[in-house]
Amino acid sequence: MGDLAAAVDKANEEACRRLMAGDPVLVDVVPAGDVIPRLREERIILHAGPPLGWDHMCGPMRGAVTGIAVFEGWASDLADAERRAAAGDFAFEPNHHHGAVGPMTGMTTVSQPLLVVENRTFGNRAYCAINEGLGKVLRFGGNDAEVLARLAWLRDVLGPAIGRALRTMGGIPLKPIVARGLTMGDEMHQRNVACSGLLLRQLAPALARTQTDPSTLADVLAFIGRNDQFFLNVAMAMGKALSDPARDVAMSSIVTAMCRNGTDFGIRVAGTGDQWFTAPVEMPQGLYFPGFSEADANPDMGDSAIVETIGLGGFAMAAAPAVVGFVGAGRASDAALYTRSMGEITWALNPDWTIPALDHAGVPTGIDVRRVVATGIAPTINTGIAHRMPGVGQVGAGIVKAPLACFELALSALAARIGVS
Amino acid sequence: MTPPKVCALLCAPLKVINVGLETFAADLAANGAQVQDVQWVPPARGDAALARLLLRLGA
Repeated sequence: MGDLAAAVDKANEEACRRLMAGDPVLVDVVPAGDVIPRLREERIILHAGPPLGWDHMCGPMRGAVTGIAVFEGWASDLADAERRAAAGDFAFEPNHHHGAVGPMTGMTTVSQPLLVVENRTFGNRAYCAINEGLGKVLRFGGNDAEVLARLAWLRDVLGPAIGRALRTMGGIPLKPIVARGLTMGDEMHQRNVACSGLLLRQLAPALARTQTDPSTLADVLAFIGRNDQFFLNVAMAMGKALSDPARDVAMSSIVTAMCRNGTDFGIRVAGTGDQWFTAPVEMPQGLYFPGFSEADANPDMGDSAIVETIGLGGFAMAAAPAVVGFVGAGRASDAALYTRSMGEITWALNPDWTIPALDHAGVPTGIDVRRVVATGIAPTINTGIAHRMPGVGQVGAGIVKAPLACFELALSALAARIGVS
Repeated sequence: MTPPKVCALLCAPLKVINVGLETFAADLAANGAQVQDVQWVPPARGDAALARLLLRLGA
């Protein structure tokens, strides 16, 4: 092995050590403007994926933008919001530029409540909005009165309630919850039913102690309890908190973020800092809800691929054979093949998160752009599928492959930074 | 007369590992051969410049 290859290997060892050494704790829920200073300026909208302007936004992204603009009081109605967006009244920036992530359209604005995950090993924090549940929701581009009323309840009731409970508890450590969830059939992207239950089991007594109105307490418990994907947004904030410490490791070829905005797919790599490498995002392959088909689908969206970045989701499919059927990716017995395949392009197995069906092997962690380019094996991402028109919502679930072009661009940029041509 | 080593290959039922185009494996399987297809593509999808970078940076 050449000296350069050995140096990249050594850097990757350090990047993966940082990815896996973190101690993520869910500590609070706060208004976004309290923790992301940029949002206190006028009409800033953070979105999922790499940078994107209004002109290139897909239907559901535009639907979510107009919905959140009305919600924040920046427009009188959806049509007014669309006019203002086209006129440049709103500034659009990626969540990832502000320590945050968001599912699907990933809207983050000043008054929304954000889950706060603190990585106590490295002292950094990361943020994600609260999961709205299923059906017509903002993250899939929904923007009618029902959607906005739910957002208001999250802002005024649920967010403050969870925040109060977490503060009295001193936070909830997340690594043990994920470890148990992997033994209970979750992969933390398209299946979070076990982890949502485990989280609620810890949260419920503190909610009861800090909530004085029994009716409100019942509403809060019922909302969390009936949402199988409640933990997804917690896992996303956790993924961001775990991966950020690896964001700047010179010479490392380990991926520190993967995300998509419905138009482009983007990745960041430890050895190239905060530079984005983008390519057109692909269409998910999956199953559709009754009445919908591939013709209705939007290309892939969301910052949720941060869970694959840390070895969960499609990388942990072997833990969740039920998901293979749900996303139409083959037989339950194929689940292990997905995880083994991801082992071909990753640097390490995480000893803290193991999969019983693989004889307790750790989840494959630390995507190495060299291995992706060498093998042609693209990271597998489990995902929801949004309708391509604004305001409709989720129409299915499936898997999507990260475009190889992102990794090829990243490899070339890393080589240039190291001085190799 | 067929040499013994060639006969060992051709006179017994074929067991094939196919590396490369999947259609080769499919044709063999359609003709009754026992075949295992190995998913393989040229490094960097055959891009010579990227392959050179991989040689320098390792993979």
